[in-house]
Amino acid sequence: MLRGYMHTPPQFFKVGPSPLTRMFFFVLLSVFIMIADSRSDFIAEARRVIGVAISPLQKLAYLPFSLQEKVDQYISDFKLIEEIDHLRREYLTSRHDFFRLQALASENEHLRALLGAARQTEIQTVLAEILYTPRDPFSRKITLGKGSSNGVKPGQVVIDDLGVIGQVTRVFPWTSEVTLITDKNHMVPVQIDRNGLRTVISGAGKNSELELRFLSINTDIREGDLLATSGIGGVYPPGLPVGRVAHIEYDRSHKFARIICVPVAGVDRHRQVLVLIGSVPTPEISDNPESYAPQKNRQTKNHGT
Amino acid sequence: MRPRKTGKPRITEHDYVAQEFSLPARRSLVYLNLIMAVLVNLMPFDKVILVLRPDFVALTLLYWNIHQPQQAGMGIAFLCGLVMDVVDTSIMGQHAIAYCLMTFFALILHRRLRLFSAFRQIPAVLWILLLGQAMIFLTGILAGTYIPEWYFFLGSVTGALCWPLFVFLLGSFRKQRIEPDEI
Repeated sequence: MLRGYMHTPPQFFKVGPSPLTRMFFFVLLSVFIMIADSRSDFIAEARRVIGVAISPLQKLAYLPFSLQEKVDQYISDFKLIEEIDHLRREYLTSRHDFFRLQALASENEHLRALLGAARQTEIQTVLAEILYTPRDPFSRKITLGKGSSNGVKPGQVVIDDLGVIGQVTRVFPWTSEVTLITDKNHMVPVQIDRNGLRTVISGAGKNSELELRFLSINTDIREGDLLATSGIGGVYPPGLPVGRVAHIEYDRSHKFARIICVPVAGVDRHRQVLVLIGSVPTPEISDNPESYAPQKNRQTKNHGT
Repeated sequence: MRPRKTGKPRITEHDYVAQEFSLPARRSLVYLNLIMAVLVNLMPFDKVILVLRPDFVALTLLYWNIHQPQQAGMGIAFLCGLVMDVVDTSIMGQHAIAYCLMTFFALILHRRLRLFSAFRQIPAVLWILLLGQAMIFLTGILAGTYIPEWYFFLGSVTGALCWPLFVFLLGSFRKQRIEPDEI
């Protein structure tokens, strides 16, 4: 009896397994989850469930900001602000038409119209506000306040009044996740506005930086060249500005030039963005939405270069 | 909280014992605090604040694991990590692993740390927070697509500097909730 008592600690001090074993258990569990997250869809389902569960919290956290916006509106002239707001929305929508016009004009200039004009499709848009940018400023994803209930689908393109911001990669019922064009794995088929050279631009994984990875050193490209979407691949409609060439570095020891571009759009500057709905003949998406974009773009690269 | 900061060691111990046995916080309070912390973390801020903003979920977890380890614990830390992973759209498990590690050190050190005042806890809290962020950093690097810059770690520094204020806030919150029960 006494011996037993000496060996096992009294019930009062018993608090389960020691912290070390518990830590090992949970660290192993999270490593397992991390591996599973990159390999299977099971975790994506769990992520969706948690995402739906916390979306009311997200709305609640945004409430002070939307309240502040409301109060701001009341303080200044009520009608005028409303009109400005209306005009801003109008401007944002019309900018898109303007880009299309610009693209068409440059196409005419290059006598490309003969080869068949770009198909004119009616493009619908949804205005969404940026609910949340991840807590660490280096993550290249943002959360929008519109989801599948508003017609947002994975693969759709997100723009602001200046150009492309990114692509919807994950959709919850009331919110959606956008991968920015500066994400390292994200590629956009583009075209140099000046001479129509087609290529693929990818994010550099850093703040406001894009790179053109596979252009050989004798390519006709200059600093200041505007890169717009080429429309190849069908994901991005043609003529949306993406970036501007900022810096070109020729290194004779490499086959390819190192070309750094700056995104045209204010990727981290706005509260409101446009999601292009119905712009895409919505592609059948395989199981994993994230694998979609690079795959498609790889295809276009083969076409383009 | 107050007497422990200023009092002599003997009084401190007495106070510590009294708190330990007669005032266990309710588990619901811990959950409430964590939900509030997630809410604060969810606030959309702009550039400078975004860089300087401490991780309130981590701070709350540290607080409860240091002051009431029976009520918090590693399971809760793990769940909070998963929630923060969804919120931050990072890889599932990235924050969970960091929070588990931080909880582990908090659990190991909680008896020693509780003898110090909140101000003298700052260095310990700082390195625990830095460790957590280093863990997030490492897993992010290993998974690719994630290249933070040096000021990524400023969040931990501000978090540690906020610690006394944070302890005071949560402490007063706890007392308010507990007193009616005690009477």
